[in-house]
Amino acid sequence: MSAHIQKPAQADAGAKPRPNIGTRSLRGFLRVREASILVVAILLIIYFESSNSNFLTRANLQTLSQFISAPVIIACGEIMLLICGEIDLSAGMVFALAPFIMYFAHNAGIPLIVAFFLALIGCGAIGLFNGFVSVKLRVPSFVTTLGTMFLINGFTLTISAGFPVDTPTNGLFTFLMGNSGFQEIIWAVVIVLVMHGALRNTRWGLHTISVGGNLIGSAESGINVTRIKMGNFALTGALAGLAGILEASRIGSTDPLAGGSPMMFLAVAAAVIGGTSLMGGTGTIIGGLFGGLVLGVLQDGFTIDGINAFTFNIIIGAAILIAMVFNIHFARLRTRGRF
Amino acid sequence: MSQVQAAPVPAAAPARGVTEVLRGVDIVKRFGAVTALNGISLHLNKGEMLGILGDNGAGKSTMIKILTGYQAPTSGTLAINGQQVALKSVDHARALGIECVYQDLALVPSLSIYHNMFLNREPLRGGPLRLLDNGAMRRRAQEALEDIGVNIPNVNEEVAMLSGGQRQAVAIARAVYSKAKILLLDEPLAAMGARESGLILDLIDRLKKRGDLSLIMIAHNYAQTLEVCDRIMMFQHGEVTFERAAAETSVPELLDVVKQNYKVIRGAH
Repeated sequence: MSAHIQKPAQADAGAKPRPNIGTRSLRGFLRVREASILVVAILLIIYFESSNSNFLTRANLQTLSQFISAPVIIACGEIMLLICGEIDLSAGMVFALAPFIMYFAHNAGIPLIVAFFLALIGCGAIGLFNGFVSVKLRVPSFVTTLGTMFLINGFTLTISAGFPVDTPTNGLFTFLMGNSGFQEIIWAVVIVLVMHGALRNTRWGLHTISVGGNLIGSAESGINVTRIKMGNFALTGALAGLAGILEASRIGSTDPLAGGSPMMFLAVAAAVIGGTSLMGGTGTIIGGLFGGLVLGVLQDGFTIDGINAFTFNIIIGAAILIAMVFNIHFARLRTRGRF
Repeated sequence: MSQVQAAPVPAAAPARGVTEVLRGVDIVKRFGAVTALNGISLHLNKGEMLGILGDNGAGKSTMIKILTGYQAPTSGTLAINGQQVALKSVDHARALGIECVYQDLALVPSLSIYHNMFLNREPLRGGPLRLLDNGAMRRRAQEALEDIGVNIPNVNEEVAMLSGGQRQAVAIARAVYSKAKILLLDEPLAAMGARESGLILDLIDRLKKRGDLSLIMIAHNYAQTLEVCDRIMMFQHGEVTFERAAAETSVPELLDVVKQNYKVIRGAH
């Protein structure tokens, strides 16, 4: 890797003749924040395809896409929160709660599509509550959402009595929610693209970065920092809820033990591996998709390679660390304009 | 305390030919039991540059926060262009032409220069989609910086990459560009090397020469303040202890004032 980084650095030293177009476009590409993690994802895919010819089959790609969809959708919310300097640990529990809200609302005679929106609004309201406690009552969001994480989990287990139920179905709704193989990843990619555009090209996105980058300065510039933060908490809640309903609709069963903190950690890991800083102020939505892809490829690839489940966690842990060290130092070189 | 220095705030109307843009009368600000401002009166004329000196805790920054609408005074009145106003918010003060360059500069390191220059007043395009007009921001940021003679090669650069002086210049350009009539500078030279402060003082000088901008600068450094300001006020423990035209005073005199009042205030306790 180091040779790969240093070569262009030499080309850049002094006012030497302009490098050829190939070098320049490579350099331009590498300067894009998301590039490094995409390179990692592609290298992993090449590795697993060469080690196991079943990797790039339709069936396996479907499995892979279903594995990464939910964490990627939740990561879109978590990334917005991380950028503005907050985190939501309860998202995995909201994921499990949402389809139950839909289920009970539907059982009470409400049309399924209305029940669906009620569930999303409910999850958004949980996000707002997280935001209210964190921003207005000034409890660090790590602690706030640690509390609501247990609270929501307990609530879901209570209302479901701990048993799964059948997810309500209805032709068009179930079709849209994804009873076909690649439906969920389409949702995820569309949400990623919309959120990526929103982060880069709207005032909301710009102010989210600004609030995380300089909280006091943003307030001095007249930005309503409370609104930005609470809005992003609500967004994360709603996205977690949507991911939960998509998953429950695909599987056909609504399980109180679905998602949970492993799901939340996958989403946060996807965000962080993708290049979003835990310190706030910078982040990328599309990077979250690539981060999720890396996690998914590792999980899926090692599984079909038949790696022992115990070894697997060692490998995935090490992979996360290596990816992060690589990413952080790559970013440092990038900001210094060293390549 | 006012008997120490015979330089009371002129309460009379301004002299003929001078337009007054700002007047504060008997401004008091208390935070619980702490009195940050204990009845301060000040005024600012059009095209004038007022320097406010004082130690930490003298009330300078609190005064700035009141003038920018960031905090409301406990009591006292403010008039802008002869009209009495109660500033409701930062946006309200901005609408009246009051801009401030804060000590922390209110810049976001991870954003580009042009995004910082338009923070919270971004031009939009795309109709109902309300997208950021990055092209316009880039172009206008470049123009605004050139307009006040600041040489920054690339407005796409992240603010994190700029030196202290360049950051200060970007913050000042932002305030000026937003059609400031009254520009407040909170310690613009703090923690800056000689060369960088020289650049900023030059910039402030150019702004003064435009004549349409009135400035208040808060500072620690007496010599630099005397050099660029038309008039000096000294804040101590939330009160004005000295006020004079910059040409009629000197660093030794200012130091004397500080010493005297320091003793008086200490003795009173």
